[in-house]
Amino acid sequence: MAYSATAESHEHHDHKPSGLWRWLSTTNHKDIGTLYLIFAGVMFFVGGSMAMVIRLELFKPGMQFLDPAFFNSMTTVHALAMIFGAVMPAWVGLANWMIPLQVGAPDMALPRMNNFSFWLLPFAFTLLLIGFFVPGGAPAGGWTLYPPLVLQGGDSFPLAIFAIHLMGASSIMGAINVIVTIMNMRAPGMTLLRMPLFVWTWLITAYLLIAVMPVLAGAVTMLLTDHFFGTSFFSASGGGDPVMFQHVFWFFGHPEVYILILPAFGIVSEVIPTFSRKPLFGYEAMVYATASIAFLSFIVWAHHMFTVGMPLAGELFFMLSTMLIAIPTGVKVFNWSATMWKGSLTFEPPMLFCLAFLFLFSIGGFSGLMLAIAPADFQYQDTYFVVAHFHYVLVPGSIFTIIAAVYYWLPKWTGHMYDMTLAKWHFWLSTIFVNVLFFPQHFLGLAGMPRRIPDYATQFADWNMVSSIGGFGFGLSQLLFPYIVIKCIRGGEKAAARVWEGAHGLEWEVPSPAPYHTWETAPSLAVIHSGGEHWTED
Amino acid sequence: MNMKKLATAIAVVTAALASPAAFAAWTLNMTPGISAISRRIYDLHMVMYWWCVAIAIVVFGFMIYTMVRFRKSQGAVPDTKLVHSTTVEIIWTVIPVLILIIMAVPATRTLIETDDASHSQLTIRITGYQWKWGYQYVDSGVEVLSTLDRASNAARQLGSNIDPATVPNYLLNVDHPLVVPAGVKVRLLISAQDVIHSWWVPALAIKKDAIPGFVNEAWFNIDADKTGLYRGQCAELCGRDHGFMPIVIDVRSKADFEAWLKTQQAMQRPADPAAPAVATAAPAPAHTG
Repeated sequence: MAYSATAESHEHHDHKPSGLWRWLSTTNHKDIGTLYLIFAGVMFFVGGSMAMVIRLELFKPGMQFLDPAFFNSMTTVHALAMIFGAVMPAWVGLANWMIPLQVGAPDMALPRMNNFSFWLLPFAFTLLLIGFFVPGGAPAGGWTLYPPLVLQGGDSFPLAIFAIHLMGASSIMGAINVIVTIMNMRAPGMTLLRMPLFVWTWLITAYLLIAVMPVLAGAVTMLLTDHFFGTSFFSASGGGDPVMFQHVFWFFGHPEVYILILPAFGIVSEVIPTFSRKPLFGYEAMVYATASIAFLSFIVWAHHMFTVGMPLAGELFFMLSTMLIAIPTGVKVFNWSATMWKGSLTFEPPMLFCLAFLFLFSIGGFSGLMLAIAPADFQYQDTYFVVAHFHYVLVPGSIFTIIAAVYYWLPKWTGHMYDMTLAKWHFWLSTIFVNVLFFPQHFLGLAGMPRRIPDYATQFADWNMVSSIGGFGFGLSQLLFPYIVIKCIRGGEKAAARVWEGAHGLEWEVPSPAPYHTWETAPSLAVIHSGGEHWTED
Repeated sequence: MNMKKLATAIAVVTAALASPAAFAAWTLNMTPGISAISRRIYDLHMVMYWWCVAIAIVVFGFMIYTMVRFRKSQGAVPDTKLVHSTTVEIIWTVIPVLILIIMAVPATRTLIETDDASHSQLTIRITGYQWKWGYQYVDSGVEVLSTLDRASNAARQLGSNIDPATVPNYLLNVDHPLVVPAGVKVRLLISAQDVIHSWWVPALAIKKDAIPGFVNEAWFNIDADKTGLYRGQCAELCGRDHGFMPIVIDVRSKADFEAWLKTQQAMQRPADPAAPAVATAAPAPAHTG
């Protein structure tokens, strides 16, 4: 079994139960990090196979394989699995593994809660996926769960609501753990403005999670009572308002998309300096830009709703506030570019994925800026242009940086180097196919193809076929990823403590593989100062 | 570099894209539409697009230059002291602010214009149903119920074995289109019966959600010379057959429209006022737009 391999080499001096019980009962941040990452990997392939089914049906016009209702389930559950099952748990897994190592703490602050927050997730996703086997089929109202449509769901409706409750509880606990760890467990001398950017972006992300997950829980609970207990929060016939759900949902939903991307900014801010052999440019500006983005995320939510018929003043406000996001995001992209300027660049797999991020995330940013323009959004809203936009920010944005993070720290976790050549193949195939997959979707959207449709008019046929070919290519190339990771766990060239020549930070001060317990004695000031994220002159 | 080969390849691709047959399918861009507002929105879209292209050229150009110039394999030595520059940071904050202001001005103007539905000469109520559209001409009481045409509906069934390419306007054709006059300011009052739908006609640059229990307003004024058929679709996921409730508008000259409305009024004013009038609307004209 893959899961036992990482720890075996240390079993002789670390006391822990063996076998399955170790993983069920573990309170070790590295074990829990590994569990989160494995779970995220599994859900990435579950959600990914749904994407393959979607692209298969859309390969050519006409209904070939699926009932339209099942197609709607595919898009709905694909989104939920990828957002709540793949990307969020991957970030929490990376936080678990790396934050204690990076701030010089022996473990997360609340280890038992850490175990609980992970083990909620398999139950949450069991509830969600059971939906496929109950009368009425899996949830098919879109991941945005808009009423009244979502209230027409079958028996899977309450299952999905409870699944979301569990995911939310898990996320909130994970976020509390991150905040308490960062606030209380930093080694002496690891001041806030010395913390690695990954720790900073996660700290801010954790606050976003605590602020908005309860809002989502409230919204879906109101759906539940509307459906089963006769309330009418969202039903006009009972004095409610279906649009109010959208406001509440997107008050959660917009910060949520930054929850998915802020830790990515942290990873890029770790990887680019390492492979540029030069400290991050504008460290403090990066911290403030992240905080500004987090703040703005709370006041832009209704840009997802420009077509619901808001008053003019509302549309103006949300258009202008959304445009402001371009400023801190631009600062970040400029800082990363300036970090490379006068550096000494090499192109190992983590760097390659982060460079793809720089270009492709920026493309997602450009389409985001276009979408902010409310009158133009009347044409873009709910078309494939939007689908292209958010996949550009989420796939080469979040997913690529998660892959970069794994390729960056995998030798630290396993003690082995991975197969660089295969990882570069993984990079090139992913980068080429992700563009073949998503770039034509801009054209489809502009030409008038709505999203979430199982079949389309014949003038959309050509680009859909191109997009599907890209989709199959991208999906297949991802199979390289678990192969490379498992091969690396099993063996390989021995990794040094400082795996990468230009790497700085406390995680590189411990041996590779990182022992089961690290920083039981806090690192000395000298170590912190020499390994600090931004090399200071003192 | 074999520039000649590259040039030939580009020429072939350009020719293929420019040929009329290919152009219809490999559409790249939004329609400018058939009203002053839709053209304003198209222009706004293009302005934003070219801004993005310009910014991309500068930013990506800088990144690519950096990646080529400062390679370790070419002996680049890192300047580890270059970690901060207040001047540069102020410049790259202020320039985006200025660009955003330049973008915001026309966007705000257009937004205000789209919001002004006053002085309309005709009002049509639009109601979304799972999965069809109902239209009612408020002053005359004429009603039209508009559903996916039979040919598309037969072809779209799972295992129908009908090639969609053989169906004219596959999935974008209806039994009874919405007939509207050109050169007249028309106000739309949009609502829904069951779940949220969204009424979208790209040629009008109108997409407005149809929400049960609430009435949304939109308006258009089509150029007098832009008669013909224009097509759109429901844009908000509304259940199983969300992909199968298209919208077709049949734009006629003012005189033709008024004649059509009179005929409909006569046909729909039945002896028994309780009888459903919707099914009697005129069938779609045979010509395609």
